[in-house]
Amino acid sequence: MSSRGEFHAARVYATIRGISGPLLFVENVQNVSYGELVTITTPTGEKRRGQVLEASLDKAVIQVFEGTRGLDITSTTVQFTGETIKLPVSQDMLGRIFDGSGQPIDGGPPLIPEDEFDIHGAPINPYSRAYPSEFIQTGLSVIDGMNTLVRGQKLPLFSGSGLPHNQIAAQIIRQAKVPGKEEDFAIVFAAIGITADEARFFRTEFEKHGALDHVIMFINLADDPAIERLLTPRLALTAAEYLAFSLDYHVLVVLTDMTNYAEALREISAAREEVPGRRGYPGYLYTDLATIYERAGRIHGKKGSITQMPILTMPHDDITHPIPDLTGYITEGQLIVDRALHRKGIYPPIDPLPSLSRLMNEGIGAGKTREDHRQIADQLYYAYAEGKSLRDLVAVVGEEALTARDRLYLQFADRYEREFINQGPYEDRDIEKTLDLGWSLVSMLPEAELKRVDPQFIKKYHPKYRGQKPAE
Amino acid sequence: MGEGLGRIIRVAGPVVVADNMRGIKMYELVRVGDERLLGEVIRVEGDKATIQVYEETVGLTPGETVERTGRPLSVELGPGLIGQIYDGVQRPLTSIQDLIGPFVKRGVWAPPLDRKKKWHFVPKVKKGDVVTGGDVLGEVKETPLVIHRIMVPPNLSGEVSEIVSEGDYTIEETVARLKTSTGEAEITMVQVWPVRQPRPHKGKVPPDTPLLTGQRIIDTFFPIAKGGVAAIPGGFGTGKTVMQHQLAQWADADIIIYVGCGERGNEMAEVLERFPQLKDPRSGQPLMTRTILVANTSNMPIAAREASIYTGITMAEYFRDMGYDVALMADSTSRWAEALREISGRLEEMPGEEGYPAYLASRLAEFYERAGRVEILGSQPGRLGSVSVVGAVSPPGADFSEPVTQNTLRVVKVFWALDTALAQRRHFPSINWLTSYSLYIDTLDPWYLKNIDVEWPSLRVEAMTLLQREAELQEIVRLVGPDALSESQRVILEAARMIREDYLMQSAFHPIDTYCDVRKAFLMLKIIIEFYRRMNQTVERGVPLAKILELPLREDIARMKIQPSETFEEVAKQILQKIDEEFKRLEAEAQELVEAVSPT
Ligand SMILES: Nc1ncnc2c1ncn2[C@@H]1O[C@H](COP(=O)(O)OP(=O)(O)OP(=O)(O)O)[C@@H](O)[C@H]1O
Ligand SMILES: [Mg+2]
Repeated sequence: MSSRGEFHAARVYATIRGISGPLLFVENVQNVSYGELVTITTPTGEKRRGQVLEASLDKAVIQVFEGTRGLDITSTTVQFTGETIKLPVSQDMLGRIFDGSGQPIDGGPPLIPEDEFDIHGAPINPYSRAYPSEFIQTGLSVIDGMNTLVRGQKLPLFSGSGLPHNQIAAQIIRQAKVPGKEEDFAIVFAAIGITADEARFFRTEFEKHGALDHVIMFINLADDPAIERLLTPRLALTAAEYLAFSLDYHVLVVLTDMTNYAEALREISAAREEVPGRRGYPGYLYTDLATIYERAGRIHGKKGSITQMPILTMPHDDITHPIPDLTGYITEGQLIVDRALHRKGIYPPIDPLPSLSRLMNEGIGAGKTREDHRQIADQLYYAYAEGKSLRDLVAVVGEEALTARDRLYLQFADRYEREFINQGPYEDRDIEKTLDLGWSLVSMLPEAELKRVDPQFIKKYHPKYRGQKPAE
Repeated sequence: MGEGLGRIIRVAGPVVVADNMRGIKMYELVRVGDERLLGEVIRVEGDKATIQVYEETVGLTPGETVERTGRPLSVELGPGLIGQIYDGVQRPLTSIQDLIGPFVKRGVWAPPLDRKKKWHFVPKVKKGDVVTGGDVLGEVKETPLVIHRIMVPPNLSGEVSEIVSEGDYTIEETVARLKTSTGEAEITMVQVWPVRQPRPHKGKVPPDTPLLTGQRIIDTFFPIAKGGVAAIPGGFGTGKTVMQHQLAQWADADIIIYVGCGERGNEMAEVLERFPQLKDPRSGQPLMTRTILVANTSNMPIAAREASIYTGITMAEYFRDMGYDVALMADSTSRWAEALREISGRLEEMPGEEGYPAYLASRLAEFYERAGRVEILGSQPGRLGSVSVVGAVSPPGADFSEPVTQNTLRVVKVFWALDTALAQRRHFPSINWLTSYSLYIDTLDPWYLKNIDVEWPSLRVEAMTLLQREAELQEIVRLVGPDALSESQRVILEAARMIREDYLMQSAFHPIDTYCDVRKAFLMLKIIIEFYRRMNQTVERGVPLAKILELPLREDIARMKIQPSETFEEVAKQILQKIDEEFKRLEAEAQELVEAVSPT
């Protein structure tokens, strides 16, 4: 494509036939390639970028990333560049801030690119993937203990408006480490249609924490062009792939808010008058999201890794809404930020029951976290689930109807929320501490109730056998 | 523009329209554009052809050429398939990595089967023998588990005019010549077969043997027959993939074809990492030595995703034709259906329900129809082979009323409904025992009677009845609280709980529990039902249920699942004996008590 690109370098057309939503329809063109980058010059001389969505012998449909406001049919021109959309990359991007289409906005010096990559990337050959298995300690008990994150995993936060997902993400970014290892790490942060306040919050966080030098930020704010949001996560992931697979960094990518991304995709689809799928989202939403989320993982023979933490707000807290639903079908689990826990004042209000880390098993156990990890997690999970379902029963039949055992489980559920899930925003618990805390909580139950753990682990980790006082 | 070359006139995503294509056949394979991308004709109108392209189309430009190949999308079938990992159009992902590194780019091609490798061929016919399609000309020991039978291609027959002697040959060397009615035919070890065309057989034969999976809930309550079709629908995270992996690992099939269709890359990596280390419980050989993977992950081109299940099932039929029992897992057929929908949308076809094309139902039915137990081709009558198919379905919002689930239900005979609520309680496998079904139950009962135990069907029915009673009783508890239950109803709840927790729950990740031999499963169920019967009796004699629940014996029952199959007969005997002793003791104590208080 590059040779033809040079050949057709000056293909400028002023033959726009129509404009509809974010789309331009151009006629009498020649040799337009599918997917190629287009530069649009507005009547006032401003430049915008677009991409060919459909190419015919003499016609093209173009989506304009910065929106079509102010464009007209008579004096707007369109130049086909013969290139796909690329991101120039270099190590110097660390510490820099870019807009949602990849232009520096921090007033820093221009970047001298070491290479450039197509922002759409290419699928990792499944045969080349190394299965993720390295435990990442976030310092949050409800994650580390119950739904462990591993390097190379894609684990989203499913949240709702007004819930503290940003605080949780910031805390994870601050605290995440692989115990016992000092390695090159980097954070790539993509703001997708979030408010200026939210973006500032993250920036201040990085600054306070002295992490700014390890961070690349791409910022598309709520009042920035919506269609540009289709680019932002892809730019972020292109930068991340460069850091991880060319420069050996361990990269954590935070994408927030993927709901805004999906809205932009819906807008394009509606403008093209495509047959809509569920709730107006295009039928290819799954595949499109997969081309973003699958850009995570580890590769045989490469040192670096990409771990993804997308954040999305579920419209009306509805997990069956297409955006969380299709995300859950692609990611390797999900962490659910729960409104009821938040109302109770529990932070982080992550509900371990509907949350899941599918790669947890690979990342835990002897030599990684601790031999009893799986079993104590199962026991905590079981006991909390039991306590919660008893709460529902109490609501119907009253507490008097409960047995002594049932009351114990009710108490357990309360303490589990207040002592295990709940922790300070600056409290960084190591995995030993998290697991011991779990043991201390289950010790309020009779030993015979601890069916999910092997007797040998009870002997070794139960407070009673470690000369400690069991929980009352 | 050269003679016979088409010209691209439009590109939109994976769909390309070309003109100057007069005479092109439907489903003909074409090479699109300067990079000669693989594509397939999916609509013909006058001199225009619409093509689905199996590779990324970014950069394609109208005006570039389209080359015809004169043949449909086909797969290569021969020694070298086992242990391979292919993309949806049978490009070997191992070679692709060697050629271009860890990212799959377009325009690369490598032969599906190794051209240079020599295989040790042992002839099975002599010069002068008369053979027909399906007859075995010779054998190659492809892996320790698989004898690859080199067959006469389905449409050929004649007299063997030459057969090579035992020795090492590549797949391209001629191993036999046939004198046929239309001249001499050279036969190599490789067959090429169009993926959308089912391979012929002599007719379907009713299934009569279970495909044993080592998963208790399946083998006991919802068995699939060899040659059967099953669907696993379930919302995200309910355990479809884990179940498919379990079946691929433990099902007693000869050959496994695993199709990762529009799902995660890491799940394929997991299979690749784990299977070579896992041993087949029957032969002790690494599982990879009977497995073929087809991986077209969610971010790989969707047209190739559409093709992937056909690539998989054609390979399955080929091994069936050798007389093997083949099992194919497709994860997930919903992603295949979505590919169909996307391409249909680009063709601007009239959308049906939820945007799926009107032919969704017939395509699904055609695909599942390729499964079955059949009499295979060849001059010898009565030889059988089978293809079993298990398709995962991923309904949006876990809502089973959507078109893919519903249309699948119409054609499959086994339905393993995965339940989000069970999965959230970490009850795995999360197969809902009240809504799932198997239409093979009656067909397979004779097998269980003969091979496992005459008690099998009655135990199964009794256990299922308990589970159904439990659901009714739970409803009562929800409405009026647990106090409303009688002692004997509590016994039912306890028994059902034991069935759920000590029998149905089965961890895929526990080194022993991951696979449960049917004989062991039978004994476990027998013990639980025996415990239930004794509970009932004892409670009727006035022993409080609470006393029974204190029996330490219950611990032994709970740990049955983690006892190895090999020594389980002995363990079961001991537990049954303990049950007898303990309950007798309880009854005796109760009797004493009665005698002590009653005035004589
Ligand atoms: N038999 C099992 N034993 C233990 N854990 C299981 C079992 N089945 C499922 N799980 C748990 O459930 C998780 C999700 O299972 P799985 O990945 O198979 O779901 P899925 O239905 O394929 O989801 P998706 O549609 O998103 O691909 C697993 O990572 C594992 O933690
Ligand atoms: Mg799955």
